Amino acid sequence: MSECCHCQTDNWEDLERGYRTMLPEDVLAFIDANREKEHSESMLIATLHMVQGHFGHLGPGHLEAVAQLMQVPLAKVTGVATFYHYFRLQPRGKYLINVCLGTACYVKGAEKVAQKLTEELGIRFGETSKDGIFSLESTRCVGTCGLAPVVMIGDEVHGPLTPNQVPNLLETYLARAAEDLVGASTPEQK
Amino acid sequence: MSLPVRDFYRSMADRVGQTLAERGLDDKILIQVGSATCEHAAGSQTVEEEFARHIRASGRKDIVIHRTGCTGRCSREPIVGIHVPGLIPVKYERVNRDLVHRIFTEHIQNSTPVVKHILDHDGETLPEREFLFCEGARCQRSGPSLRDRFSALLEARGIEPHRVRVGAASCFGACGISGGEPATFVLARPEKVLYRLSSDEDLVALVEGHVLAGQVVERLKAKEEPIALEFLERYGDVSFFNRQSRIALRNAGVVDPESLDEYIGCDGFKALTDVLARRDPEWVINELTKARLRGRGGGGFTTGAKWALARKQADTTRFIICNGDEGDPGAFMDRSMLESDPFNIVEGMIIGGFSIGAQKGFFYIRAEYPLAIKRIQHAIDVCRANGLLGQNIMGSGFDFDMEIRLGAGAFVCGEETALIRSIEGERGQPKVRPPYPTDRGLWGHPTCINNVETFANISAILRYSGDWYARIGTEKSGGTKVFALAGKVKHTGLVEVPLGTTLSRVVNDIGGGVSGGKKLKAIQTGGPAGGFIPAAMQDMEVDFEPLQKAGSIMGSGGMIVLSEDDCMVDIAKFYMAFSQEESCGKCTPCREGTTRILEILERITQGKGEPEDLDKLHRLSRLCQRTSLCGLGRAAPNPVLSSLKHFREEFLAHIHDKHCPAKKCVALIRYEINAEKCIGCTICARNCPVECITGARKEAHVIDQEACVKCGNCFDVCKFAAIDRV
Repeated sequence: MSECCHCQTDNWEDLERGYRTMLPEDVLAFIDANREKEHSESMLIATLHMVQGHFGHLGPGHLEAVAQLMQVPLAKVTGVATFYHYFRLQPRGKYLINVCLGTACYVKGAEKVAQKLTEELGIRFGETSKDGIFSLESTRCVGTCGLAPVVMIGDEVHGPLTPNQVPNLLETYLARAAEDLVGASTPEQK
Repeated sequence: MSLPVRDFYRSMADRVGQTLAERGLDDKILIQVGSATCEHAAGSQTVEEEFARHIRASGRKDIVIHRTGCTGRCSREPIVGIHVPGLIPVKYERVNRDLVHRIFTEHIQNSTPVVKHILDHDGETLPEREFLFCEGARCQRSGPSLRDRFSALLEARGIEPHRVRVGAASCFGACGISGGEPATFVLARPEKVLYRLSSDEDLVALVEGHVLAGQVVERLKAKEEPIALEFLERYGDVSFFNRQSRIALRNAGVVDPESLDEYIGCDGFKALTDVLARRDPEWVINELTKARLRGRGGGGFTTGAKWALARKQADTTRFIICNGDEGDPGAFMDRSMLESDPFNIVEGMIIGGFSIGAQKGFFYIRAEYPLAIKRIQHAIDVCRANGLLGQNIMGSGFDFDMEIRLGAGAFVCGEETALIRSIEGERGQPKVRPPYPTDRGLWGHPTCINNVETFANISAILRYSGDWYARIGTEKSGGTKVFALAGKVKHTGLVEVPLGTTLSRVVNDIGGGVSGGKKLKAIQTGGPAGGFIPAAMQDMEVDFEPLQKAGSIMGSGGMIVLSEDDCMVDIAKFYMAFSQEESCGKCTPCREGTTRILEILERITQGKGEPEDLDKLHRLSRLCQRTSLCGLGRAAPNPVLSSLKHFREEFLAHIHDKHCPAKKCVALIRYEINAEKCIGCTICARNCPVECITGARKEAHVIDQEACVKCGNCFDVCKFAAIDRV
């Protein structure tokens, strides 16, 4: 759990200061802007979207900070975060692979593509590869049924895919991840 | 007396007219590139960049790129249209980097189109002119015979058919717009002139005046302006499109979805002007009732009646919600409309807000559609900046604003009470109805929830009258419906046809039939809440009631084509697995019912089915249907019940003979090598993931059935059809 659970104080100002350090600026600004508005608690899902957008997942500390700062019970925040499929409670890899298992993809052989992905990555659905680059998940229809079967990697949709194309597709992302690594380390070398 | 709203519109339209004239697109060569999620996935962004590079390199100022939404011709994307002033627009399919280069150098710079890559075109040359005859598929006009006589006339004058093409379109929807007798309408391209023909003399006048003399025959020009004129002008020659009747999708692939000016240029916000100037919500509700517009989200509740219900509430704090939580796997029309014509949806919603007396509107869009969210947000911002949203809209004194709320991947949130809970920031679990949302909805106030497609039709109905819209559909429901055609069909994409069109016309005539020359087995409509229509019933008219009678539903309009290769038990299991996973868990019949039904189906597909399973399935399904709390649970057994009804023998084959007739269920098939056909090329052995195929080179191979995991790799790679699936 978060460090704030062990705070030695029940002074709200101290607590608030602690929770504020756990969320990024734009989320804090969003929560502050909504506080005075009517039905501000209805912005919970939007807030969680922002937090996940920043961290890639919703950790226990994030949920607690959101609950405290929005003044919504933690039970409700957790309830919402676990109810909706879109929210992830575990950290995920650099690239999220979403295999579409909608009807159109299913009848066009999405299962074989899914099978190939699990083989190539050596992980099951819901898991992240050891190098932390890929997470594998399934989704129900990304609305590009004309290209079925499709796989979504990050924000990019790929299709129609055959199992044989899977290794090459993964290679391009591995290369991209490697490039990013090089790109990230060059400034340091300078 | 001048009215502030009309003045507001006039000055806005004048300003837009000026801006558009300054852009001078009519005199330039337009390169039209689609931009929507599916187009992007197919590579349209690269194509656009590549064209931009070519334009820069050529240094020409008379060539511009025009970005539009998507036309719904998914399997051929990216689609690129080349519009040269005075010539018929040419569309290319599956454009890639190389083709961009060829199109630019050969077509644009040297005026020789790359004929081989033109969308749905199989000829050597392109016609100079084209005449599209309205066949009045719905009204049985004299279209076909007039068209034949027109072709004969052309032939008699020695005009070759490849120079002047004569085509047919399903229905322009032009009849009766401005009163007068019905007639046959003909669209002449590239002049974009609509003629109204009633006799043979008119045909002669058309040939002599328009074709031979090259002059527009003023006498025959129609006063009517069909709603999809711009669309037909661009795409009318492609049979996939001209067999449709586009109303909700009229601007898709025509306007730039991020340009308010272009939307206004296509008569956008004219309907809203009329509504606000009349100041009469009853008029709107009356027109919608006359139009027989029914909710396009699946329920089919009359939109006029729903708005009237919300309007008569005593509570004056009211809300209107656009349901864009398109969760049905296999349906993507809402995404396309939100991405390709966002202003139209916004306009429909403002009109809705005015009619029911709401102060605020919410777009509920699923988070899986980032581009749709971006475009709607842009449309809202632009409308607000231009006085079309916010305080005192168009100077009418009406205050109305809207915001977007994101879904988070819960199918059940498509159900209206669950959707309301989700907007309130709660878990999306449904409530007992009544009270209906129109009585007590969002935060306890009267709330109207309509589907994206319903809103897309509003402005069209109000501009062309409810009677006009009603005439397009059937006796019980007016207008058109958009279907998302996918699965084992040749042309996947969005198809908008009048209600009452036969399934066969949608799947075979427009969709091009089953892909790969296979036989049609069934058509699944309505997603996980729908059912299967067997091939034998494909001449059925598509409307809410007939579909329900056949054990399916209209739903949001997903249409999945299944071929002889698909196992109905397996597909029923697929849908049940979906419903089971998406069940919110609040009520027992749905939570437990779907789980148990799924267990039985799994057992059957694994060859462990028992004779009494069919009765059990039937009983459980009926129980789940009758006693579940919301639509999800009540409709979840539909795929099972309809497959039991129409394909019982397949279930029996799985249970009694332990045989899957479609050879799909892995547990019930095995692969064998035909020793006579096998030449021992070893390709199967090399592709086997578990190395269970043995045999020497140039000798027949054998599969070790014990070790085989039935992946089917060998079956797919064998070039000699030596592997049998039994």
